[in-house]
Amino acid sequence: MPTPFNLELSRRELLVSSAATVALAGAAGGARAADRGEESLNRSTEVSFEVNGEAKRLDLDNRTTLLDALREHLHLTGTKKGCDHGQCGACTVLVDGRRINSCLTLAVMHEGDKITTIEGLGQPGSLHPMQAAFVKYDGFQCGYCTPGQICSSVAVLEEIRADIPSHVTQDLNTPAAITSAEIRERMSGNICRCGAYSNILDAITEVAGVPA
Amino acid sequence: MRAFSYERATSVEAAAKAAARNPEAKFIAGGTNILDLMKLEIEQPSHLIDVNGLGLDTIEKTSDGGLRIGAFVRNTDLAANETVRRDYALLSRALVAGASGQLRNKATTAGNLLQRTRCPYFYDPNQPCNKRQPGSGCSAIGGFTRQLGVVGVSDACIATHPSDMAVAMRALDAVVETTGATGEKRAIPIADLHRLPGDTPHIETVLERGELITGVVLPKPAGGKHIYRKVRDRASYAFALVSVGAVVHPDGTGSIAIGGIAPKPWRIEAAESELPKGARTASAILLADARPTEHNRFKVDLVERTLGAVLAEARG
Repeated sequence: MPTPFNLELSRRELLVSSAATVALAGAAGGARAADRGEESLNRSTEVSFEVNGEAKRLDLDNRTTLLDALREHLHLTGTKKGCDHGQCGACTVLVDGRRINSCLTLAVMHEGDKITTIEGLGQPGSLHPMQAAFVKYDGFQCGYCTPGQICSSVAVLEEIRADIPSHVTQDLNTPAAITSAEIRERMSGNICRCGAYSNILDAITEVAGVPA
Repeated sequence: MRAFSYERATSVEAAAKAAARNPEAKFIAGGTNILDLMKLEIEQPSHLIDVNGLGLDTIEKTSDGGLRIGAFVRNTDLAANETVRRDYALLSRALVAGASGQLRNKATTAGNLLQRTRCPYFYDPNQPCNKRQPGSGCSAIGGFTRQLGVVGVSDACIATHPSDMAVAMRALDAVVETTGATGEKRAIPIADLHRLPGDTPHIETVLERGELITGVVLPKPAGGKHIYRKVRDRASYAFALVSVGAVVHPDGTGSIAIGGIAPKPWRIEAAESELPKGARTASAILLADARPTEHNRFKVDLVERTLGAVLAEARG
């Protein structure tokens, strides 16, 4: 007797059929929107930006976060997805020199921007001083938060030099000094579940060139 | 996240028109709040209008000695601005008390004002919430309410507005400037921007569909001591349980706005004439209509104590 359907569905086949269902649902949603006579339904958008000095041009589903564009489309997997909600800082990258949570921004919003990820800061054999200091001081245990910690650390020192105040800056009209209190406060958007904070602080302090 | 179409706005007028045309369209600037909510499908815009290309990112003196802050000035840049630090220190202090360095680099002035509540029940799509789904009920009432509101709340909603920046702007008498869908401009005192929940907690501001915030104007500097004191569960990167934004003059008078306790920055001008009498008298007026829950009753005492600490610091 023939089997009515193949019960031994492989995981890959299951994923493919699920994707087909999603695609159908997406098409139906599009049709409803079109019925309302809305703007042309561009579900994807072209965007050009520079990543670690290389020009990139991508045509992305509008929903793609900068984080997913870096990891899934450009295969720069150094940037990590932690909470995906801007709470943990694992996805921190530098955009035009400023640190941001790459999970809370759409890739298509970065036309013309210059993005630096952990891979762009340094590579084995030519580490950025902050990467070298994290190694020297054991500024990590599992290492998952480390790329975000390092990108954030590099930006923190720039922010202090650029005279951007923080919550612990005593006098708003005097440039903040590089102190451990300033570094701790400014790093509060990067969570380390292993609790390597004291070593992270040591690493940043050495790169800052101030006595601990 | 639901699929959406995307456009980069080329003018304020075009952005406002595009938003008015489609009831499911939303503006996106910094994106730090709306994208978080879109991932949870609490926000489900069918169209996003990216307003980052519109400029509106400068801070300029006004002709009468005040300050006009562009809608898309980033929180970091506003906090670091030399004039703000010198003449409106309360605003700088409130900004750096909020969020993280990464978020402040993206978050904008307009977006900060329009951010949604952090009520845990609003964030949980499995729970009824009148703000998220009108008429479904409020899970917070009778639930875990430690972080939630004690004054200005209703039987339909006890959520708070989470902003630090808005508390400072309320004490500084800021005015919000907007452009509407037909190009008309409005100047809305910040006191009138946010609505109290009543029985329609899903309608959070007086802004109309398509109306775009273009800037915030501060009056000329008021002098006095500027203090922002925030009490929270962690020393950094946490929302306020209670915060006090204050401008206190040498004679003991001043302006006071409270964060963390209400659906909008909470200010009662009648309390301010009582400031020289001390925190107890002033906070009694501020919280005369308070209706705390069992879990957040401590906020009533915390307002008085935080205000007391602020007034002591002002006396220096």
